[in-house]
Amino acid sequence: MTSAVIKDQPTGFSPAQYITCLNGIVWREALRFLHQRERFVSALVRPLVWLFIFAAGFRQVLGISIIPPYETYILYEVYIAPGLMAMIQLFNGMQSSLSMVYDREMGNMRTLLVSPLPRWYLLFCKLLAGTAVSLLQVYAFLLIAWLWDIVPPPIGYLTVLPALILSGLMLGALGMLISSGIKQLENFAGVMNFVIFPMFFASSALYPLWRVQEGSPVLYYVCLFNPFTHAVELIRFALYGQINWISLAVVGGCTAAFMIGAVFAYDPSRGLSRRGPAGGET
Amino acid sequence: MTATDAPLAGQTPPDSHRRSSPAEMPALSIDGVSHSYGVRRALIDINFTVAPASFTALLGLNGAGKSTLFSLVTRLFGIQAGRIGIFGHDIGLEPGEALRLLGVVFQPRTLDLDLSVTQNLLYHAALHGIDRREARLRAGEVLARIGLADRAGSKVRDLSGGQMRRLEIARALLHRPRLLLLDEATVGLDVKARADILGHVRRLVAEQGIGVLWATHLFDEIIPSDDLVVLHQGRVLARGPVARIIADTGTQDINASFKRLTETAAGFGSLSP
Repeated sequence: MTSAVIKDQPTGFSPAQYITCLNGIVWREALRFLHQRERFVSALVRPLVWLFIFAAGFRQVLGISIIPPYETYILYEVYIAPGLMAMIQLFNGMQSSLSMVYDREMGNMRTLLVSPLPRWYLLFCKLLAGTAVSLLQVYAFLLIAWLWDIVPPPIGYLTVLPALILSGLMLGALGMLISSGIKQLENFAGVMNFVIFPMFFASSALYPLWRVQEGSPVLYYVCLFNPFTHAVELIRFALYGQINWISLAVVGGCTAAFMIGAVFAYDPSRGLSRRGPAGGET
Repeated sequence: MTATDAPLAGQTPPDSHRRSSPAEMPALSIDGVSHSYGVRRALIDINFTVAPASFTALLGLNGAGKSTLFSLVTRLFGIQAGRIGIFGHDIGLEPGEALRLLGVVFQPRTLDLDLSVTQNLLYHAALHGIDRREARLRAGEVLARIGLADRAGSKVRDLSGGQMRRLEIARALLHRPRLLLLDEATVGLDVKARADILGHVRRLVAEQGIGVLWATHLFDEIIPSDDLVVLHQGRVLARGPVARIIADTGTQDINASFKRLTETAAGFGSLSP
């Protein structure tokens, strides 16, 4: 066959090819997740420990007044459930970012990056795949929480889905952005300590912001500007069939900003080329 | 520097990656490409082409810049200077069109060890927009061709090194590329596995008309009928048919030619592989 044939090949990609690519990336991410049963178990155990132990211990200490979206007094377990759902997504986003660093170190990432489809689209698919995996974990958590008598309105299980998708995208995009800046796998744990714990504790996941404001006005503003706070509030309101518009705007804006940053960082003329080939290559 | 500067047989001038008539279009054209990591210059003004249906060996020691060049051709790195064309498509301007014509086997293993042989192929097919049904057909074909049909359901982790490499080559061919890049594809394999893989790739050139760029530091993988590019410390020292390079350097074999070229370029004689 000569190169004359090349001229006759179709150019561009059809919508069906884009969808095939998306399906393939989500399928592979799901397969990897299912193969790593320990990951699934640990993803569930973490929030359940908070729910069963931490919340039970603090139930009598931390009183929760009636604040939207709640219409009556609630148990502390009920209050922290949305925060724990967001925590699952936060850890999942960081796990995905760890996986990207690992793939980059091991070479698997190249398979993705040399695909002829646009790189921004490939990264977006990767992000969607990570979010899909986080949804499985969150709904598994909700099922167990239901057994623990944390029962939102039935419609809440449906209305929370868009909120979970958006918050999952935001936290996944943040993880992707972070992964672009981590040069070695060994540095990952350190970086995570500076991301996961401050984000989680300086938020409304464990205590309402009015209580934080009473304790420390400075910390209150830190919590207020923390995107994770808005992910938690978006989920909390959606679980009760309501929309927190400010949180929606913040989460949507941060998702776009983190995603643009990640695409920029993974652009071939930017991030990767500055590091040189992987170890052993020349 | 002593450099044999004869272009490869049937090749067009350096700026030929711009659209010319299809029959003259090189599979790969590299025009004036340079690349640096900070102040360290990894590639300096690289020029050569690979013709369709040809086997071109890219010979260089470790550190010569082969993997950097591959990273540029596959767009893992952005091009800092120069241009790279794949069948006339500029990798910087038309990456999608260029990459769909390209199959790559990287130096490190890039398979997902926890997935099966078939699952790895299906994932690759999806990344090229090939639907599941067609992908399964092609996966069956390529696995039969490389003798791994009976391992289709096996986890990649359970394959031998040689089988993994053959699988990577099969995967690189799944989307039916017209140019195949292989970066040190036989490193770490035993003699038989190396010979099998090299023979398979040469058959692809002869039977399917695929252009191949084969990066290596092993002289015994090069035969007199090959085209050759000698890369040393980021520079092309010689390019052309192997026989011509041997004749031009006044030596008896490619090993001696390489030694002569690198000694002359570096000004000292301790670079023999």
